[in-house]
Amino acid sequence: MDLFAEALNGALVVRVGEDRLDAAIAIQFKDKMREIAAQPSPRVVLDLSRVTFLDSSGLGAIVSVMKFLSPERKLELSGLTPNVDKVFRLTRMDTVFTIHKDLLEGQVPHAV
Amino acid sequence: MLYDPPNDSESSRVRQKGGKPKKTNLHLVFPTEAMAVRDALRRTVARFLRQISLDEAGTLELVLAEVLNNIVEHAHTSDRIGMIELRVTLDSIGLLLQVADDGAPMPNGLLPDGKGPEISEPTCIGALPEGGFGWFLIRDLSRDLNYYRAGSANILSFRLPIDASVAA
Repeated sequence: MDLFAEALNGALVVRVGEDRLDAAIAIQFKDKMREIAAQPSPRVVLDLSRVTFLDSSGLGAIVSVMKFLSPERKLELSGLTPNVDKVFRLTRMDTVFTIHKDLLEGQVPHAV
Repeated sequence: MLYDPPNDSESSRVRQKGGKPKKTNLHLVFPTEAMAVRDALRRTVARFLRQISLDEAGTLELVLAEVLNNIVEHAHTSDRIGMIELRVTLDSIGLLLQVADDGAPMPNGLLPDGKGPEISEPTCIGALPEGGFGWFLIRDLSRDLNYYRAGSANILSFRLPIDASVAA
């Protein structure tokens, strides 16, 4: 489970290095996010720009992360690819998360 | 194999109209394991990618993933690994998918109704559901969803609409 976390401009940006957030890795993702999110920071931005497939297990894992960050921090999402965006829209979970087109829109500088 | 498709109602209807039985375009048999499911999804999308739009391929992968994940969850126990048999046919209406597994039957012989998650305004984050999205997505995106039990097999079939002008 490839997750790369970086503190940028006051935000904790977590880049998912996998192309699938699915049933096969949902639990590892949840567990690793718990460890990473233990670092204090006012914002947590999950960069999903590498993820081209997300199923309900992946969605459930992201909701789980949102819940354990709550209420102190709200989980923000960035870089949703078309298939991933579709799942959030169909389930209306796009209304629950703050979703940025990309990290620039989220006002977090791109790492080089 | 887990079941014999030429005896199912779809093919019988075609024969009655004087047409040839539909040829299965894809036939896969694999165990109820997450990596085998990933592989089956990859093969299925690859098989039809040239004949359907990108959006339709995304829907195909998503719905099939939800169906297969559900089978892995209910069919795979600590004692045994189950088997899944997938047949996919592309015709003038769209994709017909038939999925058989040798796991336990659905409770009461029924599919979950898959009501979408209740999201209230303002959102209470602590109360957000983490599950139950799968059957909602399956029901929302598929047509003619049908489940029955044949011997010791579960048979699930459904259709995914495909734009006819693109399909071969």
